Amino acid sequence: MKSTTTILKRELRGYFTTPVAYVFIVIFLLLTGILTFYMGGFFEREQADLAPFFFFHPWLYLILVPAISMRLWAEERKTGTIELLLTLPISTGQAVLGKFLAAWAFTGVALLATIPIWITVNVLGDPDNGVIFAAYLGSLLMAGGYLAIGSCISAVTSNQVIAFVVSLVACLVFILAGLPAVLDFFTGWAPQAVIDTVSSFSFMTHFNSISKGVIDLRDVFFYGSLIGCFLLANTLILDVKKGE
Amino acid sequence: MIEIQDLQKSFGDLRAVDGVSFSVEPGEVLGFLGPNGAGKSTTMRMITGFLTPTGGEVLIAGKSLGLDPIAAKNRIGYLPEGAPLYPDMTPRELLEFVAEIRRIPKSQRKERIGKVVEQIHITEVLDQRIETLSKGFKRRVGLAQAILHDPEILILDEPTDGLDPNQKHEVRHLIKEMSKDKVIILSTHILEEVDAVCTRAIIIARGKVVFDGTPGELKDRSPSGRLDDVFREITTAAAPVLA
Repeated sequence: MKSTTTILKRELRGYFTTPVAYVFIVIFLLLTGILTFYMGGFFEREQADLAPFFFFHPWLYLILVPAISMRLWAEERKTGTIELLLTLPISTGQAVLGKFLAAWAFTGVALLATIPIWITVNVLGDPDNGVIFAAYLGSLLMAGGYLAIGSCISAVTSNQVIAFVVSLVACLVFILAGLPAVLDFFTGWAPQAVIDTVSSFSFMTHFNSISKGVIDLRDVFFYGSLIGCFLLANTLILDVKKGE
Repeated sequence: MIEIQDLQKSFGDLRAVDGVSFSVEPGEVLGFLGPNGAGKSTTMRMITGFLTPTGGEVLIAGKSLGLDPIAAKNRIGYLPEGAPLYPDMTPRELLEFVAEIRRIPKSQRKERIGKVVEQIHITEVLDQRIETLSKGFKRRVGLAQAILHDPEILILDEPTDGLDPNQKHEVRHLIKEMSKDKVIILSTHILEEVDAVCTRAIIIARGKVVFDGTPGELKDRSPSGRLDDVFREITTAAAPVLA
């Protein structure tokens, strides 16, 4: 646990000593602003809630989270530091977890930077803050899911562009899992149980219920186990492929 | 102290390391020689626990590396090939990170880092980002992190590569100084280095040990007494003769 924390701290500091953190947070805030106020019609709706703000999160993360996760392992491979890191007295799992948690904490910081919009809606009206809190939690969980997928894919390649593009497509599949775009692959030949399983993997379904203020343990479990599975796969991939 | 038994590593069809065995005791400085691609780095990567061998075993103080890799890694200091370091950190940050991960007690960290920094002469670049350092300084920072925890076993993959003659001299001096109670394995292309610092030389060609003896014995094998000639003879003799 202590080693994981040490890696987490090193990684997190890495975000803020390079321009990565500042560029990411500024772009994230800019895009959430544009999407919420212009495309989401925050004022025109005349409702005191943050639905137009959270509505775009799955799509925003689709672009921005792979941009963070792509470097997690691909960069270590490229610069060779993976050899330095994994010959220190730590397990591969601790390294994977430490790097993942740092990236997750970083997206948490970006999300915290949007707090002014929460204050704004409280000044303008009388929103249900419980719902907003739940939605923030759901958004953070979803970001964790994206990151775990991206981290795992980043472990396969030393090319960050490949890691970015493949992660984006993989996350897109998870977003669309409940929609015809993905389900049509299965309807017609696969049994209903398979279709139901695929659609139950949709990020949208699990996020929508949380963002409405309902923290269902099943949704939390979904993201938790998704993160766990991908990080486990990430560790196994590294153990097998780290020397290549 | 460290025993390597019939170590093998294949990448697909390629047998990079093909049955390498030797053991090293404290006080020995083992020079690992061989042409590029002979399997030197691959062997070192298996000894440090980075790569899992396809066959054979690495025993450290009698214990198999595979059974308790973390305990084994604690005893080893390693400078990987090319001295990879995190470019966005300063040497000070990197050494603090390594000290923390290596569980050097907080009360001793500062003293230990100070000592190594002085030994390796990196005081003037301590707070400069690693990406801005010259090749020589990077190599020295890599060396500093390898010896930070005063390991019993030191594995150095081309420690003097990219250094100027003065720096090479310094690093060799440092290796000699540390060698009294440590196992040191270093790889090099420079044959004079073997003569200068090593008590023993192993030559690897195409994944196999083709020579194991003292630098003096190596020289004796050549009528001219030049290491270059023996090296060429030994490493090419094993090759299929081309007409």
